[in-house]
Amino acid sequence: MAAKTIPDTPEIRERWGAFAWTPDNAAKAKEVLGRYPEGRQQSCTIPFLDLAQRQVGAETQTQGWLPVPVIEFVARELGLPYVRVLEVATFYTMFNLQPVGRYHVQVCGTTPCWLRGSDEVFRACKSKGMKKGHTTEDGLWTLTEVECMGNCATAPMVQINDDNYEDLTYDRTVAVLDALAEGKQPKTGTQEPGRKTSEPVGGPTTLTAMVDENHDYRDEWEKAV
Amino acid sequence: MLADKDRIFTNLYGFQSWGIDAAMKRGDWDATKTLLDIGQDEIIDRVKASGLRGRGGAGFPTGVKWGFMPKEPKPDRPNFLVINADESEPGSCKDREIIRHDPHKLIEGALIAGFAMRARAAYIYIRGEYIREAETLFAAIAEAYAKGFLGKNACGSGYDFDVFCHRGAGAYICGEETAMLESLEGKKGQPRLKPPFPAGAGLYGCPTTVNNVESIAVVPTILRRGSEWFSSFGRENNKGTKLFQISGHVERPCVVEEAMGVTFRELIETHCGGIKGGWDNLLAVIPGGSSVPLVPAAEIMDAPMDFDGLKDLKSGLGTAAVIVMDKSTDIVQAISRISYFYKHESCGQCTPCREGTGWMWRVMERLRTGDADISEIDTLFEVTKQVEGHTICALGDAAAWPIQGLIRHFRPELERRITEKRGGAEPMMEAAE
Repeated sequence: MAAKTIPDTPEIRERWGAFAWTPDNAAKAKEVLGRYPEGRQQSCTIPFLDLAQRQVGAETQTQGWLPVPVIEFVARELGLPYVRVLEVATFYTMFNLQPVGRYHVQVCGTTPCWLRGSDEVFRACKSKGMKKGHTTEDGLWTLTEVECMGNCATAPMVQINDDNYEDLTYDRTVAVLDALAEGKQPKTGTQEPGRKTSEPVGGPTTLTAMVDENHDYRDEWEKAV
Repeated sequence: MLADKDRIFTNLYGFQSWGIDAAMKRGDWDATKTLLDIGQDEIIDRVKASGLRGRGGAGFPTGVKWGFMPKEPKPDRPNFLVINADESEPGSCKDREIIRHDPHKLIEGALIAGFAMRARAAYIYIRGEYIREAETLFAAIAEAYAKGFLGKNACGSGYDFDVFCHRGAGAYICGEETAMLESLEGKKGQPRLKPPFPAGAGLYGCPTTVNNVESIAVVPTILRRGSEWFSSFGRENNKGTKLFQISGHVERPCVVEEAMGVTFRELIETHCGGIKGGWDNLLAVIPGGSSVPLVPAAEIMDAPMDFDGLKDLKSGLGTAAVIVMDKSTDIVQAISRISYFYKHESCGQCTPCREGTGWMWRVMERLRTGDADISEIDTLFEVTKQVEGHTICALGDAAAWPIQGLIRHFRPELERRITEKRGGAEPMMEAAE
């Protein structure tokens, strides 16, 4: 979630100035470093920022965000100038540059979702007091309109923190939000009863043998030429 | 209709486990070493012979692309394979299904393709929003290492090959191959000037090939069943099977594998339960993801869905993301929302795109509400021509084409709105023209 200015206040310095990896995340960071050739640790910028945002999220019980001291920490870890990491943090939409709520409600509003009723999903979010680009006063919700999330055959959809909820209507969206507000984990993926993933509603028109068993089609192949 | 036995992605819908044991029972990782034993150049030749064209949108012949890689890489400049899983084109949702339901087809394909092009390693760049999908991919890669299929002496072939997963963080532009390389290097995803092309200087300055997920994931099956099998589907120059993703105003949207060249009508009737409100209610179709121009109902109905068939309609197959719009659609808003998408996703590097996408969207919004002048339709068309072809990457083109398609086919609708807004009166002339 973008911000017009990146807050850098004494309070934020005070709160996040001593940011460092937890032991778990230090191990993860080390593993990430191992994926890239020596001397190419700049490649870790995105994974490290993601890890840092998640750590902030865990500490604040939200999706997390990137305070300036945390971005500075990542730059030091990678031996990079601050601005090289800052420009990455501001370029990619998944990095939150201001605090977000417990749940970051990211509704896709691009044409394929819009055709299938994303306006209804927004209406459901508004009924819970959400406003695009804002966090509710109780700190529970942040609503963002996002661009195509690649769930077009199960549109419309919303991504809330790490999970997708698809095939939404007004009522189904309300049900998902209500469950989350009560601290429950709603079923993820499609909310269409009886649908598995992206097969046609009512059952697949192809590969029906796969529904009940891990079918091996090789016996039906002609011999390779 | 394509027979189930001829479908490559048999676990497309995830009814069965994606895990390696289940995947092996379906035929993945079956004697992969014998496929590698075919030999590097022979694999490339067989992929060429299969007629496989890149599944990411541009449709460049995959085998030919591999052939651009150096045959004898220098030790300090290894070859790399980068797999484009940054699926972000509005309408596209196929790579997601491959990754979360059939990841081992992709990983096995990565090994074979990487071997054929003499690559040291493959990086799979997956869009950041595919969080659960990336978790599956990481786990699947770990399974393949545990079985000895990757790493040192992969599959007992004597060839060392690594596969790494790299998550993005939300930027459509990173689906452009050089932006993807920038992003992999830990920078902003701003496309590079070409030349040099990635096959000469790509990731870390080393020779690199960037392929779409689907292009790579079909390779093991092509080698197992033979080039002739793959090329037995589809028309000349448009061979093989393809994952179609149908969204919008059909009764039952879905992702489905079909033979290339299937007609639009057959695709919709067989798998999607028809158009909402019947065929008379069809308004227009965007046949290949948001970047390609829309096609009006009458032209698309019986058109073959492949590269050349849609090119003949001044559109394109793109990623085969078929966005269907019925007559209830506010077509101007549908395209305006796409213009907003490109405004949002412009990386800001080239002026025609950075300024043009915002400008085009603002005019589109005024056309939507009818608050424009009729002459602005021509001005807008002209501006799209100024953006198209004048930017480093194709995002400028992609922003221009949907608007050009709208003006080409729905100009009367644009004019109607403007006239209606004015109550039918002729506009007052302005002195400062």
